[in-house]
Amino acid sequence: MSAPVLQLAGVTRDHRQGEATVQALRGVDLTVSPGELVAVMGPSGSGKSTLLHLAGGLDTPTAGRVVVEGRDLAELSAAQVAAVRRRSVGYVFQDLNLLPSLSAVENVALPLELDGVRGGMARRAAREALEEVGVGALAGRFPDEMSGGQQQRVAIARALVGPRRLLLADEPTGALDSTTGEEVLRVLRARCEAGAAGVLVTHEARHAAWADRVVFLRDGVVVDQSGPAAVAESLLPAGGAG
Amino acid sequence: MSIRHGLLALLERGPSHGYHLRAEFDAATGATWPLNVGQVYSTLDRLERDGLVAQDGPPDADGRIAYRITDVGQAELRGWFASPVSAKGAPRDELAIKLALAVTTPGVDVLRVVQTQRTATMTGLQELTRLKARADDGPGDLAWSLVLDSLVFRSEAEIRWLDHCEARVARAAARRPATPTATATATATATASATAPGAPAPAADAAPGGGRR
Repeated sequence: MSAPVLQLAGVTRDHRQGEATVQALRGVDLTVSPGELVAVMGPSGSGKSTLLHLAGGLDTPTAGRVVVEGRDLAELSAAQVAAVRRRSVGYVFQDLNLLPSLSAVENVALPLELDGVRGGMARRAAREALEEVGVGALAGRFPDEMSGGQQQRVAIARALVGPRRLLLADEPTGALDSTTGEEVLRVLRARCEAGAAGVLVTHEARHAAWADRVVFLRDGVVVDQSGPAAVAESLLPAGGAG
Repeated sequence: MSIRHGLLALLERGPSHGYHLRAEFDAATGATWPLNVGQVYSTLDRLERDGLVAQDGPPDADGRIAYRITDVGQAELRGWFASPVSAKGAPRDELAIKLALAVTTPGVDVLRVVQTQRTATMTGLQELTRLKARADDGPGDLAWSLVLDSLVFRSEAEIRWLDHCEARVARAAARRPATPTATATATATATASATAPGAPAPAADAAPGGGRR
């Protein structure tokens, strides 16, 4: 089996709220391998988004380790973490964050150009990424000339353009109708099957069901998981919430 | 839905005999509702008795009797398609009954019961989704895909209901004064609030009870 793209080991994240400390995550273990899509479900405040932020190096754990493509983020400088974020991690948010003044291909090429890739090469890679998610023909269109589903595909292409192999998606289907949402999940799934590792945060069971594994969070703890790997990788603390 | 209406719908396509009807029923419902040949023949007997189908000629060389739908049968079938499926009937949902009993039986960890069911339902939903992805990639068997969709939506509804139960149980436990008899649910919530020292009890209530994202 190939090395995991993402590993969370004993990850805890405390947030201060006035005098009190709230533990957003408590001792979470999670491993995501290439080719795997893992969904994270749980009620509001269960720690889903915190988990995603930690996985993407946007936040730092209070305890435990976050390892992306073999690199322990705690051992890297801020600049090195930023480089991991640019080169290894792609984000898809509910709010697509496409720049309205740039065409689809320019939006997708942007992260590569920011990372120093020359214009022509970045655009070529961007076109390929757009082809891959089925919107190659829309490369020249601006965001307001595309449907919500098309824009979301562009956002996924942008998340995975270049060598990035970790895809983090936070409610990526939130603003879409059910059929379009399903198409987006097909694209995510296909990208993972092609070798990426994906973490999908969602509250829609129907969407989570596209994942290989579904991890259930409650009060910052992984209380259970479903899917074929559920037995192999036991993350279950005894007694559920205890 | 009854087997009667299923068989009438199949006979509306043309005369057929029991064995063939069973295979067609399987194909139409994606084998989600397996029938045995005995059920098919006994249903055909009753349909014939009620005048909804009639034998279509003498038995063939193998002794099999083909049936055709009658005018009365066609009227019954049209009526069935025209009327909504009733949600009434005896409440026989084992899961609803199980949860109702769980909240009133001392010593049961209701949240664990909810989670066990949610994991099982989610695993089923993942399997259905895989089947659906394959069906949609195929030559396009719309009937089968719609049956799968129905199962997908049902599983999703069950999970949503379980989420709702979990929030309700947690909220109820937070409201209840902690007593030795308030068992498992209170324990779970107490664990949650223990992470926020000094936080008042309603804070524990607000988290699981709040709207979903």
